[in-house]
Amino acid sequence: MPLTIGIPREVFAGEKRVATVPDVVEKLIKLGFKVAVESGAGDAANFSDEVYRTAGAQIIDSAAKLWAESDIVFKVRGPSSDEVGLLREGGTLVSFIWPAQNPELLKQLAAKKATVLAIDALPRQLSRAQKMDALTSMAGISGYRAVIEAANAFGRFFNGQITAAGKVPPAKVFIAGAGVAGLAAIGTAANLGAIVRANDTRAEVADQVKSLGGEFVKVDYEEEGSGGGGYAKVMSEGFLQAQREMYAKQAKDADIIITTALIPGKPAPKLITAEMVKSMKPGSVIVDMAGEQGGNCELTEPGQAVVKFGVTIIGYTDLVSRLAKQSSTLYANNLFRLTEELVKTGSATPEGAVNVNMEDDAIRGLTVTKEGNITWPPPPLKVAAAPPAAKPVAAAPAAKKGHGHGGSSEPMAGGKMLVLGGFVAALFLLIGSSAPTAFLGHFTVFVLACFVGYMVVWNVKPALHTPLMSVTNAISSIIAIGALVQIAPPLAGDIARPEEWIRWLAVGGIALATINMFGGFAVTQRMLEMFRK
Amino acid sequence: MSGSLATVSYIGATILFILCLGGLSNQETSRRGNLYGMIGMTIAVLATVFGPQVTVAGLPWIIASMVVGSAIGIYLARVVQMTQMPELVAFMHSMVGLAAMLVGYANYIDPVTSFHLIDGKNIPLSEAERAIHEIEIYVGVLIGAITFSGSVIAFGKLSARISGKPVLLPGRHLLNLAGLLIVIYFGYAFLHATTVAQGMTPIVVMTVIALLFGIHMVMAIGGADMPVVVSMLNSYSGWAAAATGFMLSNDLLIVVGALVGSSGAILSYIMCNAMNRNFLSVIAGGFGSDGGTPAPKGDGTVVPAGEVTPILAAETAELLREAKSVIIVPGYGMAVAQAQHTVYEITKYLREKGVNVRFGIHPVAGRMPGHMNVLLAEAKVPYDIVFEMDELNEDFPTTDVSMIIGANDIVNPAAQDDPTSPIAGMPVLEVWKAKTSIVMKRSMASGYAGVDNPLFYKENNRMLFGDAKKMLDEVLTALKT
Repeated sequence: MPLTIGIPREVFAGEKRVATVPDVVEKLIKLGFKVAVESGAGDAANFSDEVYRTAGAQIIDSAAKLWAESDIVFKVRGPSSDEVGLLREGGTLVSFIWPAQNPELLKQLAAKKATVLAIDALPRQLSRAQKMDALTSMAGISGYRAVIEAANAFGRFFNGQITAAGKVPPAKVFIAGAGVAGLAAIGTAANLGAIVRANDTRAEVADQVKSLGGEFVKVDYEEEGSGGGGYAKVMSEGFLQAQREMYAKQAKDADIIITTALIPGKPAPKLITAEMVKSMKPGSVIVDMAGEQGGNCELTEPGQAVVKFGVTIIGYTDLVSRLAKQSSTLYANNLFRLTEELVKTGSATPEGAVNVNMEDDAIRGLTVTKEGNITWPPPPLKVAAAPPAAKPVAAAPAAKKGHGHGGSSEPMAGGKMLVLGGFVAALFLLIGSSAPTAFLGHFTVFVLACFVGYMVVWNVKPALHTPLMSVTNAISSIIAIGALVQIAPPLAGDIARPEEWIRWLAVGGIALATINMFGGFAVTQRMLEMFRK
Repeated sequence: MSGSLATVSYIGATILFILCLGGLSNQETSRRGNLYGMIGMTIAVLATVFGPQVTVAGLPWIIASMVVGSAIGIYLARVVQMTQMPELVAFMHSMVGLAAMLVGYANYIDPVTSFHLIDGKNIPLSEAERAIHEIEIYVGVLIGAITFSGSVIAFGKLSARISGKPVLLPGRHLLNLAGLLIVIYFGYAFLHATTVAQGMTPIVVMTVIALLFGIHMVMAIGGADMPVVVSMLNSYSGWAAAATGFMLSNDLLIVVGALVGSSGAILSYIMCNAMNRNFLSVIAGGFGSDGGTPAPKGDGTVVPAGEVTPILAAETAELLREAKSVIIVPGYGMAVAQAQHTVYEITKYLREKGVNVRFGIHPVAGRMPGHMNVLLAEAKVPYDIVFEMDELNEDFPTTDVSMIIGANDIVNPAAQDDPTSPIAGMPVLEVWKAKTSIVMKRSMASGYAGVDNPLFYKENNRMLFGDAKKMLDEVLTALKT
């Protein structure tokens, strides 16, 4: 009997997202689940009941019936107390919960003996968890939407243009906070053609800002602002002073300010004062993405767009919902990846069941209640994300070894050189003292030829290494000469010579060497003909 | 032709051979270089045949054997596929090795060689000269035999007639050492033999051991280490020729042998550097003693590091179409799938659209040095967009798409990031620094070194599973629609 995943309609006012989309329904069914969708659940995100039904989902009219029939419920927003009431005793729920802010909700769920996976509690520093990271995917969408909202309220082009009707300067966008949302906003604004500047208390994001086409503005004060887990921390007073001065300067210059600064568990920092808003050019726009946590701007009214001192201040808290189709799709994918994990770790459990494996770091972090026990907060992760400092050390020797040809330029280590030199000297001494003169003549030729070969071959391009091999092959068939001189040498006196044997050995030698001679040159020629510009 | 004239011709031939190798320093002069080589060879052979050391009685034999040999050689050169070049080269090495063996034996049983021919009289060699001469024969046959059997095995492995997997006998270093000791012992016996019949046993035993040693050495080496082996055998075949030169007191052979030998040695050295292995241990045949063997699978170090993101051919085409600059990194997989022509079609299409397409070649990509360059040249890829690793490794961060076709270890970031990896320190192409990397692969199997490739799990990496040729054909079709 397959488990049923239930998708209720979101009841939170203004929430347009839905926890799964038809494409993902098909994948869930392939994983071995039954999927039930409440009628009208996807309407606000442009997914009709009909599409869900085609994808294989069962459409259920009433919320109560859906909750009752579902073994696992996928939701976007945390459940209302009514919904908690509908949840089956001992059921499983996956949604945003924000356990730190909602201890009461957690208790209610525990009372229901429920197993609850809070998608917001995912340990984001695990690289394995990235595919399930709904916070990231939602933040990316809101960053995009923030720019679109700003563009909507802004009375000019973003990109600079030179038209017959005159020159249009590009818009200047300043983005406070370069987290996922901030980076998405930087990318979107830069793509629209604006001049983008951004600031973050974490200095390490500067490269990411640059890579998206933004310019990183530093606060003129030394302090590291990384608070672990990829979030920022509260900064010192001296830093804040310097930061305020910098923001004041940016506010005077920028046409659009987008703020995304959040500190976990704390009200949003007030970065933009009324004073700064006043200093902005009329017609400028501020999009405050921290509206829900009180806003980064003193004048923000959460959920509203207001005009103060000629500046439009947008404090929408539903930016993600305003792009409901996109955000539902990504959220559904995140949940699907999570489901895969739940099924994968369930090898010890019977077919079709899910296993909330508390040994798995990612799953452990997500699980806020298990069978009625509150398991939040999770223990700290055993392995923190590795600091990136180790990298250059390992890379350095690799780079050194990198150049393959053209360079015996690296000097050998002194000791090694000495040993090698000593060895060669000893060898020469041995040969010089015992070998006959005739041999020495040949030996001289041999050593010199080795050096000539060494010098010549280092100049060969790596691209021509295969032709080099085939041509050296061809010329090593010079060994044919050795066989040639054996076939019928001029004889003097009567030396008994095993003519037959020698002849056949020599004939064999000549034939083999000739295969090489002709084959080698011909194939080299064939190859070299192919190299062309 | 007098003796002096023959000697002068040899000097001319020597110069031509050096010019021949020198000509290969770039593509424009390379064809002329090959021509020099042919002229040099012709002069050398003619000077020998009509020189003082060959009498008219030998001519029919010489002509007959050369006609047969040349017919076979030219036939092979005509029919060989460019993907089969490594096999052909290995095959030819074995020819040189065998020829060196035959010449060595013929020289030993020929009593003429124990005398100087001076003014029509035979003067016996002095004791020291005789010893040196016999050492030369012994060493010549030894190197020839190793080259021969090693090349035959290499040929078998490269043409997939023998499994490419390394065959490691227990105590193989001891076996090799024992072989060496026996060879030295019989060398001593060989030197002290007074008649040809007495010396025959030691030299035959030594030949057998040398043949076994050649087989053993190459059997222990796996598929992707073949570039080192092929260039090493190239080197050995040169030394075999040089040893024969000493044996026959022929400077031309010595010079050419030394040229070929050092050329092969340099190539092996370059290959070793490119794989971060010790040169000396390879030349000594002690391959695999310094971590060259694949890490045993499932020993706990190979842990899948995450999820891979598959991609379809159509999506690949989409990525390529939107890219401004693309770097293609081919590997042995491209050769196996014979995909180079499709790669060129794609390249041509993209270049017409103004995409900057380049190729990045790792020194050990493929099965012999420069293998990929030849394949790309065969597919008419212009050589000025084909670059070496060092030339474009710095350009990856500004590249939109890097496409890896049938390569694995040469693009493994673990070589730089993970000091415990078996391939740590090996220079690699930094494909992961491109905005997106696409790996074309038949399956998730790890590369030759048995090392898991963290590249596959990178966030900006996409996997295009399937046969390289088939998938590239699909990409091309998708590009054109």
